[in-house]
Amino acid sequence: MDDTPDNPLRGAEKAGPAAFDFVAFADFVCSVGHNEFLGLKYQRHGTDWVEMVLPWRADLVGVEETGVLASGPIVSLLDHCTSMAVWARRAMFVAHVTLDLRIDYVRAAGPRRTVTARCECYQVRRSMAFVRGVAHDGDPTDPVAHAAGIFMLVDSEQAPRA
Amino acid sequence: MTGAALPPYARAMGMEIDHLDDGTAVIAMDYSIRAQGRPGHVHGGAIGGMLEIAAYMALHTDLARDGSDMRIKPVNITIEYLRGAVPQRTFALGQVVRRGRRVANVRVEAWQGDREKLVASGWINFLLAPQKT
Repeated sequence: MDDTPDNPLRGAEKAGPAAFDFVAFADFVCSVGHNEFLGLKYQRHGTDWVEMVLPWRADLVGVEETGVLASGPIVSLLDHCTSMAVWARRAMFVAHVTLDLRIDYVRAAGPRRTVTARCECYQVRRSMAFVRGVAHDGDPTDPVAHAAGIFMLVDSEQAPRA
Repeated sequence: MTGAALPPYARAMGMEIDHLDDGTAVIAMDYSIRAQGRPGHVHGGAIGGMLEIAAYMALHTDLARDGSDMRIKPVNITIEYLRGAVPQRTFALGQVVRRGRRVANVRVEAWQGDREKLVASGWINFLLAPQKT
């Protein structure tokens, strides 16, 4: 992922799942680049799912009069959260890229509301990982957005054999 | 006339109107750390955000040509990531493929140095609704 010295992932790829500290990794990738700019935060995860939040911020708004978050940051939240779900399921980091991502905007998020994403990786193959997830602003049964996507490994030789 | 001003999110990301292509705004964004995904590449979400802004601007222009003030709500977006976007200026342009009474279908493309080598493309469907009175 990164060659910076404080990257907790350094060496983890070769060491395999046993050495993979998922929470440290999740916190690290939220602390750099676009994820940091948006203020994405890791919340929790399971064996094939990850939950993350996007706190409301005035400069991320789409329509000034309503104060509702733009859809762009929600694309980023779902792209990143589904990506993390793949690494949770693989129990290791492998370099992959988004092949395809579809997002349905079920309804607008409420004004000034934090948006939470919960995404799962429902299948992994040698070179592909299949993901889905929802974003909500408080009630997971009343989502603001639904996502489905596919990630592809940069180098299929990296793929776990299992 | 380019119509709508860019929203706070787009301005915060450094998006701007580069020029007009047959009246429609070509959106551009210089690379910055704010847009970085995996090292050395633009975040897929930032590309998606650009596609949405470009699509919105294209539809806004299309509506304005007909003097329409319909409200625009995105219904869904499908993004194909075609190439890794590198630390360079990125461009995006939308094209209204069909606009009916209730729904508009907008195709959108993003590229960097070479207009023919797309880094991403996508479809966005918008719901059109009358202004609230």
